[in-house]
Amino acid sequence: MSTQDAIKTTTPSDGVAVVSPSTDIDLSRSPDLRAALRRALDDGAKTLVVDLGDVEYMDSSGLATLVEIMRHAKSSGATMKLAALHEKVRAIFEIARLDQFFTIVPSVEDALNT
Amino acid sequence: MDESTPHIRLEIVSNPVYLSGARELINAIAKRVGFNDLECSKISLAVDEALCNIIRHGYDRAPDKPIWISIWPLEMTPEHRPAGGLRLIIEDEARQVSPEQMKGRELDDIRPGGLGVHIIQEIMDDVTYEQRPEIGMRLTLVKHAPEQSEPARVSESKPERSARADRPQRESHS
Repeated sequence: MSTQDAIKTTTPSDGVAVVSPSTDIDLSRSPDLRAALRRALDDGAKTLVVDLGDVEYMDSSGLATLVEIMRHAKSSGATMKLAALHEKVRAIFEIARLDQFFTIVPSVEDALNT
Repeated sequence: MDESTPHIRLEIVSNPVYLSGARELINAIAKRVGFNDLECSKISLAVDEALCNIIRHGYDRAPDKPIWISIWPLEMTPEHRPAGGLRLIIEDEARQVSPEQMKGRELDDIRPGGLGVHIIQEIMDDVTYEQRPEIGMRLTLVKHAPEQSEPARVSESKPERSARADRPQRESHS
């Protein structure tokens, strides 16, 4: 399975996109995540949810991608939320002290309902 | 076994597709010597970040350059009773930089990139960058197991000797 196949994007309602990677996000794979997130914003998403429930590993290239997309979202008037982080993935956000920079919610449902 | 001989030595090329394999190996070894799942993941992350820095900055993303990872278990010693741990040395033939330049950036400056060294330093107990004698860099990483863990014994060799910055682990890769 290619990385692009492992990143699904759904649009549960107008202006809402949920991007769901199901692979480790490292230097070899973060470019595909960046492309998927940018595509969702370019397609008009005003609420962008990154569903990390199936991501068990992320390195700083993944963090850098999310910081970049967060800034892009803000500049285009969109909001971005991270949902369903595994403990191991949350740890890198805490180490980099980015857990307060992002809006992190327990589940995709929470992201869509708040 | 000679104390300076790594228990495991992995050679990979500088292609990011092999990062996952290196992580799996480190994760499995860390688990074997007694770290819990979260600590294993963090140690793998530290190694991953070190490899990424070499690939991106040392080799300018050239995918065919060599990287060596040497691994030793830390035995229980009077200094670190009752825990063991891991010592890893990562070497390359990349552009040399002053070890003083290898510092994490200020985290208050939220921007993409530049987090790798900070993450490594946050996770590992000892982090030492050196220039190798002729070419490339050497990074020594040490992580002591938490005291409450009961590490599995993986060697009957003599107690671990601390890494000496002035003693090359390998004279040449050629």
